Amino acid sequence: MAFTNEQIERYSRHIILKEVGAKGQKKLLNASVLIIGAGGLGAPAAMYLAAAGVGTIGIADADEVDLSNLQRQIIHATKDVGKAKVLSAKETIEEMNPDVTVNTYRTFVTSENIMDLIKDYDFIIDGTDNFPAKFLINDACVMAKKPFSHAGIIRFQGQLMTYVPGEGPCYRCVFKNPPPKDAVPTCKQAGVIGAMGGVIGSLQAMEAVKYILGVGQLLTGYLLTYDALKMEFRKVKLPTKTDDCEVCGANPTITELIDYEQAECDGVGL
Amino acid sequence: MLITVAGVKKEVKDDLTVAQLVIDEKVETPQYVTVTINDEFVESRDFKNTVLKDGDTVEFLYFMGGGQ
Repeated sequence: MAFTNEQIERYSRHIILKEVGAKGQKKLLNASVLIIGAGGLGAPAAMYLAAAGVGTIGIADADEVDLSNLQRQIIHATKDVGKAKVLSAKETIEEMNPDVTVNTYRTFVTSENIMDLIKDYDFIIDGTDNFPAKFLINDACVMAKKPFSHAGIIRFQGQLMTYVPGEGPCYRCVFKNPPPKDAVPTCKQAGVIGAMGGVIGSLQAMEAVKYILGVGQLLTGYLLTYDALKMEFRKVKLPTKTDDCEVCGANPTITELIDYEQAECDGVGL
Repeated sequence: MLITVAGVKKEVKDDLTVAQLVIDEKVETPQYVTVTINDEFVESRDFKNTVLKDGDTVEFLYFMGGGQ
């Protein structure tokens, strides 16, 4: 596949990088990333991946755009209130970059559909807002041997980690099981500063791009934490001994996907 | 003795347990925090009987569920 003149100009700031080059840009154009949740994290992640020329972007979300989303979900605009988030996201991406094919899945992920959703993608981004979904994405990616980026945001804080099969701990190694409903505050209850999604979602896009290019060090084996009030990033090393993990360990006891009870984040617009 | 908690060096009393450290550090949801000492997980049921040693590095990893 040869670049058009327009593509050479569009991606010139990538192509000039020795870590990308024409070869890397072709890898991006041939790559596919699935973003689960088109919200605070998924919006910036999707936009940077689209602008970067990731050729196929899948977006899964069952929600519609709510006015209270617009403080942080920058892929949606005021005119989109009431529209399906996946449709609004697709329209924004198509305006940004015609090189990108957008696949939309207007659904929440469940144990029934997730394996089918992730199977054709190179990398998965968890942009969901609840623990049942986060554990489901983790377990499905472990079982399907798919790399993914976990992230979470609340108030002025954010975290992320990257799972690559065989290269370090999974989300369940660290957090074991979802906390009981309402035991840990959600964004709806506790609030979140809008730019937090921008910071952490953009870092998720960065991990996806690095994985596709095969450059640098991924956040495997580390949890990156960000405290915006202290303006402090910390890269916390995670334990390497994780062979007793219930899903990715030597003798997994979780061999089927679990639909945990949905937490309180299932209200409109979260 | 001197330990490192979330990247900060601290002078603490000898025989400090993880359970007491969690209280001293005002961990928001102590029953749901993941604790590591020197890059190894400590099960929450072991917080009470895990005594910290001089030079230990402790990390608290918190559930963060938001994203949409």
